[in-house]
Formats: sequence, structure tokens, C-alpha cells
Amino acid sequence: MSQFFSPDILIDQIVNGLTIGGIYALIALGYTLVYGILFMINFAHGEIYMFGSFGGFAVLTYFVNSGFAANHPALSIASAFIVGMIVSSVLGAILERIAYRPLRDAPRLSPLISAIGASIFLQNVMMLIIKARMQIYPDVIEERFIELGPTSVSVFQIFIILSSLILMLGLYFFIKRTKTGKAMRAVAESKEAAALMGIDVDRIIVITFVIGSALAGAAGVMVGIYYTQINHMMGFIPGIKAFTAAVVGGIGNVVGAMFGGYFLGMAEALGVLVMPSEYKDVIAFSLLVLVLIFKPRGIFGEVISDRV
Amino acid sequence: MQALERFTNKIPIPSKVYLGLLVIFVAALPPMVGSYWTQILGDIGIYIMLGIGLNVVVGFAGLLDLGYVAFFAIGAYGYGLVASPQFGIHIPFWFMLPACVAFAALGGALLGIPVLRMRGDYLAIVTLGFGEIIRIVLNNLDPITNGPRGLLRIDPPLIGNFPVDSPTRWYYLILVGICFAAFIASRLNNSRLGRAWVAMREDQDAAEIMGINILKTKLLAFTIGASFAGMGGAIFAARQGSIFPENFSLMVSVNVLCLIIIGGMGSIPGVILGAVILIGLPEVLREVQLYRMLAFGGLLVAMMIFRPTGFIPSARRKMEFEK
Repeated sequence: MSQFFSPDILIDQIVNGLTIGGIYALIALGYTLVYGILFMINFAHGEIYMFGSFGGFAVLTYFVNSGFAANHPALSIASAFIVGMIVSSVLGAILERIAYRPLRDAPRLSPLISAIGASIFLQNVMMLIIKARMQIYPDVIEERFIELGPTSVSVFQIFIILSSLILMLGLYFFIKRTKTGKAMRAVAESKEAAALMGIDVDRIIVITFVIGSALAGAAGVMVGIYYTQINHMMGFIPGIKAFTAAVVGGIGNVVGAMFGGYFLGMAEALGVLVMPSEYKDVIAFSLLVLVLIFKPRGIFGEVISDRV
Repeated sequence: MQALERFTNKIPIPSKVYLGLLVIFVAALPPMVGSYWTQILGDIGIYIMLGIGLNVVVGFAGLLDLGYVAFFAIGAYGYGLVASPQFGIHIPFWFMLPACVAFAALGGALLGIPVLRMRGDYLAIVTLGFGEIIRIVLNNLDPITNGPRGLLRIDPPLIGNFPVDSPTRWYYLILVGICFAAFIASRLNNSRLGRAWVAMREDQDAAEIMGINILKTKLLAFTIGASFAGMGGAIFAARQGSIFPENFSLMVSVNVLCLIIIGGMGSIPGVILGAVILIGLPEVLREVQLYRMLAFGGLLVAMMIFRPTGFIPSARRKMEFEK
């Protein structure tokens, strides 16, 4: 037992928790933003994240093969992020237009089922593209480790922790400080009132999808760089977990989703210390059930009204 | 008998003569199509049973359950564990079938009590999570479930001294099971409870004001739906002879949900048509197997937009969408 709780393993797991927590938080934001406005679970969000990851993958593979990455590693990674985010955003906007907008006034089950359909569709599109084979993210930079007390931490992890924080801060200020952000908050509160105030509700909904999807795309590229293996099913489990994170924090609540992501990441990373790692996925689901039973509005409280 | 009549009236062939021909046709199918297709008809049959059960939860009561496979797994492992060399216990199928139904119903109640207070879309995710938990547990509980290696050599049921072990015998057994399930489901639909489900699905607050105990009504839908899956599971285990945790993946829940939606939510003929389309068609179109799920996904989206009631909608549903 003593080996379990030695400080280096504890620090390792805390860093792991922060890394994966940041990724969960980025995906969770997409769920929360969309839910806050449309009161629907965008079931295909995990697939948007998966496509983002493949967007980055395509760019990095191209740059590595053409030799560009060897000379400009930082630029290659930056463009992988940009392309990944663009792929995801475009996909998010298309999905909204085709699968969700026609169903905005339909019974509540309809958009959810449409979203499940879209998710299956996108998984299979990617499966056909990659022929169901695991893809390996190319190495652009060699993984280095930084000494941190009794242990060492991968620079990739530090990079992911920092960049996810930067993206989240960016989103926070966008929503709080810009005019579009203000419009998003208004639409979340009441679509009718917002429309009366001259806000183009459709446009704001598309922007919400685009922003949420871009964050998921960034998370997808991070996961690709960190875990190196990606496939067409990669969106499923993180999708559910990120949704859990959004619910834990209180769905519709942006700060709540960030908190929920880190909370879940830490719970998983530290949970592995006390129980077999095969049950890692069970932690998230159990947490979801517990939160919904005891604190159905999440820890930070949901922003939307109960009447959906 | 009156009840049976009401059920037969739902089948969209008005004349009893045609119905009689249909019964003869269905009964005469195995010798006509050969053993390979009889096997596939059996697969379709099990999905019809699951569809009828999930239809109670989703179609009648409007609760989106994405973890329906969990109850299927409970039924299958419930029988498999006590009728295979795994523990050397061999309890007869006919004794375990009602027990598996009860296990699944109990599972439904235990899951339902905490989660049914949630809003619809939370329910979807929690049940989805539950389905995954069951699979993960089956996979990792080696000493009991034999983990990924599964349960092997499960006993077939005996009728008198005859084991039910050929596709044809299974076909008839499953057919009886479907008729039983369809009868129960259609009786439920026209009962006081069935009307309570519809009222609740339409407007929970209004239903509550009219004196419907929402939690109880939901719980009954969940439990009854689960018990159908328990029956299907026990039959599945006995028919396959061996079961593995991968048999109980999320895709089963999604397939069952899809067949209900494509056939027509809330309608039993719809479930049958949906199962034939979803499970049978890919067998006919083997070459396009690769594109099957792709087509399903697209079909689901298109269905929701263009024909949200499904191919054979129930009369009630149709009216709801047309108002």
C-alpha cells in the first residue's frame, strides 16, 4: 500500500488528472454551451471532437512527410491545432444546419435521436475513410521530461494543461466581455426576448455550435499528440465523460463545465490509485449517477430553467 | 379472446382471412426458406422481442432508455450462469425463464428508482452509462462471469425430452415468445396504465394534476420494459449456447432503438417491420454491410426530419404529430 501513496506517484496522478481534466473540460464546454441555448444534448459532440483530431492528424502527417515539420515543429503543431479547430467548427455548423435546426420545434425526443443518428453516421464516415484502422499521430517533437520534485513531468502534459487553460480563459472573456458573448447569454436566457432586442438568434446558435466545436477540435488534437493513437471510435467515451463533467458542474454553466472537467479528471486519476484501472470508466458513470441523485442541478447550479 | 381480437385489429390487414393466411405463412416459413434463413429469422425474432419491450419504455411512456442492453445482459447471464459448466449448475430453462424476467425487472426497478426523477435527456445518458457499466463489470468480474472468455456450452431448453437445438425449433419457440410479448404489450397499451403513460409522455405536469403518480408510472414502464429484455436475454443465451460480454455492447441498445423509430414508435407492427428492415436487410445486402451503419445513422436523422412517426406509426402517435 505504501507504494501506492508515495509522493511521486501522487504527483504523477495529479498531473495526469489536470491533463485529462483540461481535455474533458474543453469538450464539456461544447455540451454546456449548446445545452444552455437549445436544451438538447448534442450527442454527436464526441464525433466533432474525433473529426478535429483527424484534421490535426492529416496536417501533421502531411507536414512530416513533406519535411516541413522537421524545420518548423512549432509552426506545424500550431497549424494542426488551427486546422483541427476549423474542421470541427465547420462540422458543428453543418450538423446544426442539417440535423438540428429543422427539429427545433419538434418533440424533445426528436433532436436527441437525430443527434444519435448523426453520431453513428459520422463514426462510420471516418471508419470508411481510415478503413477502421488505428492511426498513429506522427512525432513532431520528441517528448521531453521536466524534473518536478521526486518525479518528472512530460512537456506534452504541461503544454496541454497550459493551452487548455488559455482556451478556457479566452472563452470566458469572450462570453463575458464581447458583444457576441453578451448576445449568447441573452439567447440562452430567452430566445424570444433576445429576438425582440434585435439579436439574430439563428446566427448566435450557429456561433455557439462553432465555438463549442472548435474547443472540442482543439481537445482532439491534444489527445492525438498526447496518446498518439486515434481511431473512429475515440469520441464515444470522452464524449460521455465530458457530458458527465458538464452535468457535474451544472449544465448550461460555463464555469461549472470547466470545474466539472477537472473534477472528473482528478477523480479518475486519483481513483486509479485505490481501485483497479479497468474500472476507471465506471468512476465517471457512477459519479454522474450520484451527482444527478443528490445534486441534480450540479455543483455550481445549472443556468437554464427547469421547464424545457 | 376479446383482448386477442383487439390486438389482431391493430395489424393493418383488415380482413381476418388475410390474417389467417399471414399466420399460416409465418408458421410455414422455416421449411420454405431453409435453415440458414431460419437462423436469421430467429435473430430478427429476438430483436422483435427486445423492440417490443423497449417500445413500452420509449414508445408508450416516452422515456429514452439508451442502456436497454443491460437488462438483456442480466437475462442472458442470469440463465447462462446457472445452466452451463461454469459452476456446474444446470437449472432447467423453463424454471429460469421467469426468474430471468424477474431479475431484469428487479434491475430495472433498482436503476429506475434513483434515475427516473431526472429530465428526459439526463435519463438517456445515465441509462447509457449503466449499460456500459454492466458490460465493463461482466468483462472484469472474471471469477464469476469468466470475463471476456464468456460462458460456454449453455444448456438448450427441453420440451418434454426434445432439446430445442435446431434453428427451426428455435424459430417456433421465439415465435411463441413474440406473440406472448406482443399480446402483453398491446394489452398494456390499452390499459389504464397505458393511458397514464401516454398522458405522462404528453405533459407530465398535466398528468400529475390529473392524479397520475408520475414516479410510480415511470417506474412501472421501466420495470416492465426491462422484463421483456430479461426474457429475450434468457432465450438469446440458450439459443447461442455461449455468451460473451461483447454481445452486450451499446450497439444492441442503439439497434433496438433504431428499429422502434424506423418502424414507428409505439406501434407493435412497426417494431416487427423495423426489426425485419434493420436486422434482415443487411443479410440480404451482404455486399453493402460496410455501409450499413452509415445508412442507419443517416436514416435516423432523415426519419426525424421527414417522417418522425416511422413507417407504421401507432394511431395515437400519428394524431399527435398531425395536430
